[in-house]
Amino acid sequence: MTQEKREIVIPSQLLGDTKQNKAGRGTFVEQGKIYSEILGIVNRKSDFINVIPIKGRYDPIEGDFVIGIVEDPMASSWLVDINAPYPALLHVSEVPWDVEFGETDRYLNHGDSVMAKVASVDINRKVNITLKDRNLYKIKGGLIINVEPSKVPRIIGKKGSMISILKKYTRCRIFVGQNGRIWIDGDDENVAKVLHTIKKIESESLSYGLTNRIESLLKNETQEVQ
Amino acid sequence: MKNDDIKLFQDGKRIDGRTNDELRPIKIEVGILHRADGSCYLEWGGNKIMVAVYGPREAVPRHTQNQLRAIVNARYNMAAFSVEDRKRPGPDRRSREISKVTSEALEKILLLEKFPRAAIDVNIEVLNAEAGTRCAGLTAAGVALADAGIPMKDIPVACAAGKIEGQLVLDLGKEEDNYGDADLPVALSPRTGEILLLQMDGHLTIDEFDKALDMAIKGCQKVSELQKKAIIEKYIAELEVE
Repeated sequence: MTQEKREIVIPSQLLGDTKQNKAGRGTFVEQGKIYSEILGIVNRKSDFINVIPIKGRYDPIEGDFVIGIVEDPMASSWLVDINAPYPALLHVSEVPWDVEFGETDRYLNHGDSVMAKVASVDINRKVNITLKDRNLYKIKGGLIINVEPSKVPRIIGKKGSMISILKKYTRCRIFVGQNGRIWIDGDDENVAKVLHTIKKIESESLSYGLTNRIESLLKNETQEVQ
Repeated sequence: MKNDDIKLFQDGKRIDGRTNDELRPIKIEVGILHRADGSCYLEWGGNKIMVAVYGPREAVPRHTQNQLRAIVNARYNMAAFSVEDRKRPGPDRRSREISKVTSEALEKILLLEKFPRAAIDVNIEVLNAEAGTRCAGLTAAGVALADAGIPMKDIPVACAAGKIEGQLVLDLGKEEDNYGDADLPVALSPRTGEILLLQMDGHLTIDEFDKALDMAIKGCQKVSELQKKAIIEKYIAELEVE
């Protein structure tokens, strides 16, 4: 891994020229020049210049696993808040139960949480979600916390390294939704441990070697308990 | 409204000791409110302004939604204690006008097509007022929008110029605004130099107007540097935790 310094950019900052580079995510082009459109960190991959946001709303992408909170049970579907600018639609044909017309609230009611997958996002940004995938169900028990959606990749880690460390040392069940909601289930002491570790990851998300630091931290704590 | 008792110039300097093209001291803090998506606290001379940005989120009521782009709801509000005599709280003619022109200025630089049917709410709260609050409010709103991670083409900035006792000056203070001849607030997109807002109160000749506009644009560029510095410093600090 190259220890190149991470470069923070602000909107309207000049990043390059369309002759040498290609404009990727988080950028816009004006008169042959590439500018950043958001506050973020520059990522130059081959020809592309991308800007990865530091803050901002969750932007739903097809195939993402998210945690949603039911807002409104309707006759043949539910409106689910997934932390995006718009509520997502969950149709009765997308759930594993046989729901009679008009009886949606017997299965999922206002305030219930579900683990779901983003089934489709159309050009008008209408979002559909589904429960028809493995390990997707209505959440019972546990705790849901909110983090900045842009920090979710750090909490999961490279190929899930961070999250598997968390699971290993705390013996909690954890599900991280791409929309910045995290479900944690376990005994109180371990849940507290997960909570403060996640807070630490969030506050130091821009620094290097975080996974190793978190692992040694958790290791020390477990030894102290023993 | 000429008042002969007040001298706005003393020994070639302005009433608060500034030269003609000097700004009042500016302090910008980023991300101070935890519940807002983006926020900014700005002190500009005696002005103290807090801005909170929420969104993009679904626009309510639904008839305000635009199927193609997001709408911007800027709300400028002066606190009852922000001026010397208590201001009657709530929206009035003046604050509704400022809310409208601020919304329209922000619409020009935000990439609203990315969020159809959504709304971006910008709350500008004036805690202490001392001339030039619309400029200060718009400047702070620009920083708060960047902090909220909302895509935009530029960080908007605003600054005023004016005429007092026949001389053109930058960034009018309280007495200068009250007893001066003209006030010209300008909002700018500093990268392209596009003007986002231009209002005038009082009288200027065409020649004076050109000079005053030039002066205000230079002032905007100076404030813009302060904005950018404030945003970067806040997030550089996060980088250096190790």
